[in-house]
Amino acid sequence: MRRVAQPILAVILGLAAGLAVTWVAGENPWNVLKILGKGAFGSSYDVGMTLFYSTPLVFTGLSVAVAFQAGLFNIGAEGQLTLGALGAATIGAVWPGLWSPLAPVLAVMAAMLAGTLWGAIPGWLRARRGSHEVISTIMLNFIAAGLASYVALYVLKNPESQNPETRPIGAGFLIPQFGMFGGAPVSAALPLAILTAIAVWILMWRTVLGFEIRAVGQSESAARTAGIDPGKIRIIAMALAGGLAGLVGVGEVLGNAGKFRVGFSPEYGFMGIAVALLGRNQPAGVVAAALLFGALHKGTADLDLETEHVTREVSLVMQSLIILSVSADGIWTWLGRRRQGVGSLER
Amino acid sequence: MIRQLLESTLRVSTPLIFAALGGMFSERSGVINIALEGMMLIGAFGAAVGTLVTHSPWLGSAWGMGAGVLLAAVYGVFVIQFRANQIVAGTAINMLAMGLTPFLCKIRYDVTGQTPAIPIDERFQSAPLYLSWGLVVICWLWMKYTRGGLWISFAGENPEALEAAGIRVNRVRWAAVLVSGALAGMGGASLSVFLSSAFSRNMTAGRGFMALAALIFGKWRPLPTAIACLLFGFAEAVQIRLQGVALWGKEPIPVQFIQILPFLVTILVLAGFVGRSRAPKALGKAFHQA
Amino acid sequence: MTACANPAVELRELSKQFGNVAANAGVNLRVEAGTIHGVIGENGAGKSTAMKLLYGMLRPDAGGILIGGRKCVWASPADAIAMGIGMVHQHFMLADPYSALDNILLGAEPIRRGMIDRQTARARLSALASQYGLPVDWDRPVEELPVGVQQRIAILKLLYRDASILILDEPTAVLTPQETNGLFENLKKLRAEGKTILLVTHKLKDVMSFTDRVTVFRAGKVTGEVETSQTSPQELANLMVGRKVVLGIQVRPARPSAEPAIEVARLSLTGAGGSRHRLMDVNISVKLGEIVGIAGVEGNGQSELLRAILHPRDSRCRTSGTVRLLGQDVTGLAARKIRELGVAVIPEDRLREGLLLDRPVSENFLLGLHRGHAFDRWGLLDAKKLAKAATLALREYDVRPPELALPAGRLSGGNQQKLIVAREFQRQPRVLIAAQPTRGVDVGAIEFIHSRIVRARDEGAGVLLISAELDEILALSDRILVMFEGRIVAEFARGQVTERELGLKMGGA
Repeated sequence: MRRVAQPILAVILGLAAGLAVTWVAGENPWNVLKILGKGAFGSSYDVGMTLFYSTPLVFTGLSVAVAFQAGLFNIGAEGQLTLGALGAATIGAVWPGLWSPLAPVLAVMAAMLAGTLWGAIPGWLRARRGSHEVISTIMLNFIAAGLASYVALYVLKNPESQNPETRPIGAGFLIPQFGMFGGAPVSAALPLAILTAIAVWILMWRTVLGFEIRAVGQSESAARTAGIDPGKIRIIAMALAGGLAGLVGVGEVLGNAGKFRVGFSPEYGFMGIAVALLGRNQPAGVVAAALLFGALHKGTADLDLETEHVTREVSLVMQSLIILSVSADGIWTWLGRRRQGVGSLER
Repeated sequence: MIRQLLESTLRVSTPLIFAALGGMFSERSGVINIALEGMMLIGAFGAAVGTLVTHSPWLGSAWGMGAGVLLAAVYGVFVIQFRANQIVAGTAINMLAMGLTPFLCKIRYDVTGQTPAIPIDERFQSAPLYLSWGLVVICWLWMKYTRGGLWISFAGENPEALEAAGIRVNRVRWAAVLVSGALAGMGGASLSVFLSSAFSRNMTAGRGFMALAALIFGKWRPLPTAIACLLFGFAEAVQIRLQGVALWGKEPIPVQFIQILPFLVTILVLAGFVGRSRAPKALGKAFHQA
Repeated sequence: MTACANPAVELRELSKQFGNVAANAGVNLRVEAGTIHGVIGENGAGKSTAMKLLYGMLRPDAGGILIGGRKCVWASPADAIAMGIGMVHQHFMLADPYSALDNILLGAEPIRRGMIDRQTARARLSALASQYGLPVDWDRPVEELPVGVQQRIAILKLLYRDASILILDEPTAVLTPQETNGLFENLKKLRAEGKTILLVTHKLKDVMSFTDRVTVFRAGKVTGEVETSQTSPQELANLMVGRKVVLGIQVRPARPSAEPAIEVARLSLTGAGGSRHRLMDVNISVKLGEIVGIAGVEGNGQSELLRAILHPRDSRCRTSGTVRLLGQDVTGLAARKIRELGVAVIPEDRLREGLLLDRPVSENFLLGLHRGHAFDRWGLLDAKKLAKAATLALREYDVRPPELALPAGRLSGGNQQKLIVAREFQRQPRVLIAAQPTRGVDVGAIEFIHSRIVRARDEGAGVLLISAELDEILALSDRILVMFEGRIVAEFARGQVTERELGLKMGGA
């Protein structure tokens, strides 16, 4: 019971604190709440946009969750998804004549590959050089942004636009969209995200590799004694995480813009951290949390438009407060002496 | 040209030194400080606003340090009292700062992009630079020769021993975290009121993490850490200098490649030399007080 | 002192709960001044909790503490220290990279002009050290000093604060018999000066030899308090366990085959950390069907030896020499492949190295058997087969409670160890390496584990037993090797050596 109660409580606390912040800014919290709700689910377009934002969050949430299971902190989902999108856009721009269904499959693979590479690097740095992945992934985020910017401005620049973006991909690469959402670009990436979540669940809880990853995350020395190579597992886990984040490129490039636009991601990577934590690193929880944060993101975008003082950054504030609430395990022992089983007193 | 580069290096390293020394106190006492970035950011904002209001860079910096301390207090509550995972909470604090600063900026100045420019006679000309190196010396003396320094060292190495000797570990850690907030805030202040003329969105741009890398590279000791900051400052100074310059051929190097230079250096530093450096043994582990 | 001689320490009806476990339930204890008072009990009996309450590291739920007849309430150890109480913990509470001087001064630093006055402190400490015969090198980092010296530093910490009541928690766990004697010479000196000493231990021999009175704990209560001169180890053991205890099992002589199980030849390891982390020209030969025991105080190279045998690829292992398992050279082999040869391991630290504490028993049973065994079906885990095999094993090895979904951390020490044994024996091992297999395990489980180890030998496995418990080594081993500072310094056959001789060799004599 506590496992579900705690995240829900954290969300309520975070929302409440965020609303308090808006109240300080001079807005009526009820009004804010109404706009949030309407913005997320008011019309089919709104629902569609919520789903559109939720899809990449499933991918980045899974990415961070898989890394967490291995005891690693993947703060680099932002860079991984950037390169994933770049990879898909590059394939699409360089072979525009390719036909469906080979084309999108190739693009999806390119997206995964690029992300996998960008995840494997910090994994290797941690496993073989001992560098903490928090810092290396953050640095790689900046480097990825620079690389992507370079490619979009110099190598594959779109000649028909002033915006920093690549040439459009060939038509054969585009994936189908669902038309029922009043224009919101909900594409086949959504079912892909659900399928990916299921696949991750099978991998982590039903395969030998998944068991090894979780063992390393639980206790490196116990895993080592059992014959598992923690270094190798860490590299694999980070590579997987990178690949998962890279899949964001599918929804964005193949299912929405048809090209890579610099800065397209409103911090999906960071939001993925909140999603993974709220979802307790379980695929089902990640999907639910992704939906929640997608709704939050859409709602706060509307807030920006419809209020004087509240900007969409408030969603970052709310997310951070939610993360803080979720991570405060000790709050429960602090608030009330709960019954805990004590395994071995004299540990 | 060399002299210009050296001057530039010293100036640009200043915020890093403040932040890294702040991080040192926190980490030596056993609390990982991923939140340096956020504390710097909010310090930069607070200092900019403070200077605009009080017309004095010193008072403005005090505002910045205060903002850093407030954010550090939030961090401390979750990490020390509620024993939250320090990396997760630190990331959340960074996000909080990234969300709050444009929000507050909009409330006060009606734009989210940046604060109004601070006139030149209300900014620092060179004081923070000298201050930062003075701080290096003070930190070194303090850690080596005072009681507080000994307690912080033990809090991070063997907190049970400190507690058994009668000193409350979590109080020591609280003090260390608040100090790190103040110093990181000062680092932010030296960004907005010294190196530039206003607060602009996300202006820290990863410097908090570079400070952390410098700290790791410097083995959590004041002087080596400061030198590591110089290294990163140098990379940044070179990057500024090289923009628009053609090293070979006619075309200048794409600005993106130069901009990533400091980040690349950070990774190389972490990978090349730090593999087996020795962190304080209790770093990252929450302490359960009786 | 006062006219009506109050006891130095008195605990009255002291109680402390952790969750729904009563660690101390109405403990009553009296210690007279100027005596050495033993406090014994099994692991989990509550003696450490009582001492932590006495020292102010925990706060009691009920009951009182009287020092010299005065009721006292502690907010933290600082208060207890101020009343003259000092504690030497089992794990010394020293910070490795810092000097002995700094470790001793912590919390009692003399201040001059805002800075620590190390000069004055040094002078006073030198005087103390010579007064009590506890010489120490003040400026070297603690991690470079041998364990016996580290203990001296811990004791000096107390003396520097003028402690009059000294609590020592399992002080002899890391000492050889000779070092133990040295410690007690020092304690007798302290007693002669009027200091009161509480000796917390589970070693009956130490209690019989060195204490004046003994208090026995069991299940959170005091079950007896006696004059040492008027009791016996048997009586104390019965008080500790609550039933008649059979000390020791009978083992049939071995019939080893000629085939080798483990062969270590000229194994040497040099590395950082001084003589405590080295191996020098180690030669060990274990045949199938015999138990070879390595006796030695912890920290004399046993961990390094294990690592060299089981994890030769570990970067900390710059070894020379060879290791062969079942006739095969394992140098540079991956740890998993070594286990696949049929090697079972009972690790020395089960909580850290043997179990995933937050995961259910079923997953812990899988650990080590997850790849390449019956439960691995082309990379997918066969949960049903796992459940069946685990249930059977839990029953056969008497693991209680036999619940597959229970997190392993909730089992008692003995049951955790039985779970590990069950898992390891599942692979029908031909080589068994057991390190400290009964540490922290209750008496009933000890007998069980010992019998299983002997049975493995009788079924043809070669067993390497590494233990600091002399009784265990003497009872189980067909051949005994002694390890001291990274070397094998002696070899005996079963029945050819006395405990005293073993102790001497363990101490380097």
